[in-house]
Amino acid sequence: MSSSDPLVKFENVQKSYDGEILVVKDFNLDVAQGEFVTMLGPSGSGKTTCLMMLAGFEPTTNGTIYLKNKPINNVPPHKRGIGMVFQNYALFPHMTVAENLAFPLEVRKMGKSEREAKVNRALEMVQLGDFGNRRPMQLSGGQQQRVAVARSLVFDPDLVLMDEPLGALDKNLREQMQYEIKHLHEELGLTVVYVTHDQTEALTMSNRIAVFDDGVVQQCASPEDLYEKPENAFVANFIGENNRLMGSVESIDGDKATVKTDSGDIVIASKVNVNKAGDRATLSLRPERIMVSPAKGKTPNTYSAKVEELIYHGDHIRTRFSVCGHDDFIVKIPNSIDNVGLQEGKEVNIGWMMEDCLALDG
Amino acid sequence: MSDTRTLDAKGQLLTNDGVPLKESLRKSLRRTKIRSFLLLLAPLLFLLIMFVGPIGSLLSRSVDDMEINRVLPETFAQYELWEDKSILPSEEMFAAVVNDIRATHKLEDSEGNNIGKNLLGKAGTRMTYEYSGWRSLLLKTVKSATKVNKRSKEEVKPYTWEAPYKEKMIKRDKRWGKVEFWQSLGAMKDPYTIGYYLNAVDLRFDANKNVIQKPEHLKIYKTIWMRTLQVSLMVTIFCLILAYPVSYLLATLPMRTSNLLMICVLMPFWTSLLVRIVAWMIMLQQNGVVNDTLVGILPCFEGMVNLPFFGEKNIDLCFSDEDRIPMMYNFTGTIIVMTQVLLPFMILPIYSVMRGIPPSYMKAAQNLGATPTRAFVRVYMPQSIPGIGAGCILVFIVAIGYYITPELVGGKDGLMIGNFVAREMQKTLNWGLAAAMGAILLAAVLILYWAYDRLIGIDNLKMG
Repeated sequence: MSSSDPLVKFENVQKSYDGEILVVKDFNLDVAQGEFVTMLGPSGSGKTTCLMMLAGFEPTTNGTIYLKNKPINNVPPHKRGIGMVFQNYALFPHMTVAENLAFPLEVRKMGKSEREAKVNRALEMVQLGDFGNRRPMQLSGGQQQRVAVARSLVFDPDLVLMDEPLGALDKNLREQMQYEIKHLHEELGLTVVYVTHDQTEALTMSNRIAVFDDGVVQQCASPEDLYEKPENAFVANFIGENNRLMGSVESIDGDKATVKTDSGDIVIASKVNVNKAGDRATLSLRPERIMVSPAKGKTPNTYSAKVEELIYHGDHIRTRFSVCGHDDFIVKIPNSIDNVGLQEGKEVNIGWMMEDCLALDG
Repeated sequence: MSDTRTLDAKGQLLTNDGVPLKESLRKSLRRTKIRSFLLLLAPLLFLLIMFVGPIGSLLSRSVDDMEINRVLPETFAQYELWEDKSILPSEEMFAAVVNDIRATHKLEDSEGNNIGKNLLGKAGTRMTYEYSGWRSLLLKTVKSATKVNKRSKEEVKPYTWEAPYKEKMIKRDKRWGKVEFWQSLGAMKDPYTIGYYLNAVDLRFDANKNVIQKPEHLKIYKTIWMRTLQVSLMVTIFCLILAYPVSYLLATLPMRTSNLLMICVLMPFWTSLLVRIVAWMIMLQQNGVVNDTLVGILPCFEGMVNLPFFGEKNIDLCFSDEDRIPMMYNFTGTIIVMTQVLLPFMILPIYSVMRGIPPSYMKAAQNLGATPTRAFVRVYMPQSIPGIGAGCILVFIVAIGYYITPELVGGKDGLMIGNFVAREMQKTLNWGLAAAMGAILLAAVLILYWAYDRLIGIDNLKMG
């Protein structure tokens, strides 16, 4: 296997449980060695099914999955050598933490001393050196989580799968564990395929994110690209906060699309996912990219807007405007000296650059 | 932050109103406590009347020997003075027996009805348990000892028998001259006795109240106890072997299908026990369905065959009428029918525990490299132990006291201790012995429970 070949390759994978509905429609994905790829999507979008097919618990209905260039469709799960962290950790309650960690080594017939050394190293790695003799039930949620991670790594698998591993933790712990897993990935050079429905988690941890909806990958790109350059309205809406203006395309000129909103306003936007004049379009605008009272001529799009609501958020003030026939237009205004004059009911001008306004499918 | 707690002189914590905190807490909880006690009163009383009461009376009856002591007080007093117990006692003891008989014979209850004769009859029965022949001997003697001289002119007519009694009694019945009868009194002289328990395990007292083995021809219960244990163990094991895969199937199938199958498991529960037993009789008896089928379908082959490794062998593979397997009215019948009857008791707890084992454990084990078999043995099975334990205990406890099935299909060698308890209750009316047997069963169950607690832990027991 040459270094440029992907470690995992999904090729035209389809999956159906009942022969009537395709849960995964046509899944193609390459995961390179050392990459952290997240499958992100709402529940029921097919992301966990893809992970289960990779782990070997669900057969593919059609298509092939390759691991190190070898098709693994017919390899049973216990011969795939893939580590996995389950949603509820699946730590064996009748074994101690150390026994849990030793289990994969024991079934690989590793000698006792070597086994112990590896278990201890894995426990040290997740800062649980003294917890070997405890039972999983005696540990806190975060500690159990770490044990589960350690167990999935202790036998040095080529690939680690994580199925919403942080779902059961509270917010602070979840954030802390995100960094810990990310650091483990970087330090050990792991290849990780991660499943979550939490977009912040995906953005924080991943090299690449595959956004799933309705059994199809809507976009697979780096976190920056997903946020800055979403390819369609679903991705724009799913990743981060987003204002949407509906309208139809008036004209297209290179990168520039002129869109007439349903309220009759003309908006100059970047052409992303619209093809010709007359198409329905969704204009996507990030709340932090909107300027309040911009200098005249600075923005190609400037509209008069009415302040509907001000919500104090400390570092920024979340302001709801009514503009272009849309009364739920959110703008994040930094809490700086320049921006304190807004009051509810006041009329102001707001505007945005062409690059910050994406014309997507309608 | 300053400490705002207030302390009184004794250093107790006080509330803001100056009342000790503990008292205040107690007061606030009192109402809840009273209410919960009242709510519990009904079940408590029920438990006391329906459970503690009967078991207490069972236990006391199994050691109670008061009645015989009320009938023969003087005799037992004399027994204490009897020195050399290898020779017949002296005249005083014979006289004491006659006095006791006469005193009891006259006893009346508060309404003036004579109860003495009845008491003497009961005493005779009790004495027969210690040495057979006592009952007829005593009743015969009662007749002679209480006969009065009808021609006497005195107000209280004197008895025809007069002291000394020794020779008269031996003349009346020569069994009075046998020292064994007198010796056996020793086992009855205390108001409490463990004699029933000894009897239940084929032991008895000798003349000096030492515990000795019964003579060989009187030993019956030891084999019955062993068989009871054997049947219970075998039924438990067979139930486990049959129930485990069924429960696994029920637990892994989708709810719809498993509910349907569960009805099949429970169906026998809803069918009369007698109907089920009769059905088994039809199946298993000598001319039953199973034997008829075997005779009908098994091929008949007889002759010399040249087998690899074994060489020439004469093979007789005939299943004819003489080969019909006895499966009913014996040990086998008891085992088969009891296993079927008790199977749901094993399936239900195992199933309920297995339902609670998340499928992700098996997945995780396989993901970590274990073959499905290994994952099952190392991960799934240990987690189903609480169900196995509960099922085994439940089946064993029910089996050890089983009565109706062995009674109907057990024949001679399939009877269990329950059948003998019933026999003592209904036929021989030896309630003391029946109570002692029941108490031993109870003790066996409690010991089992205790052992389970020590080995596996009772909180690891999941009944359903």
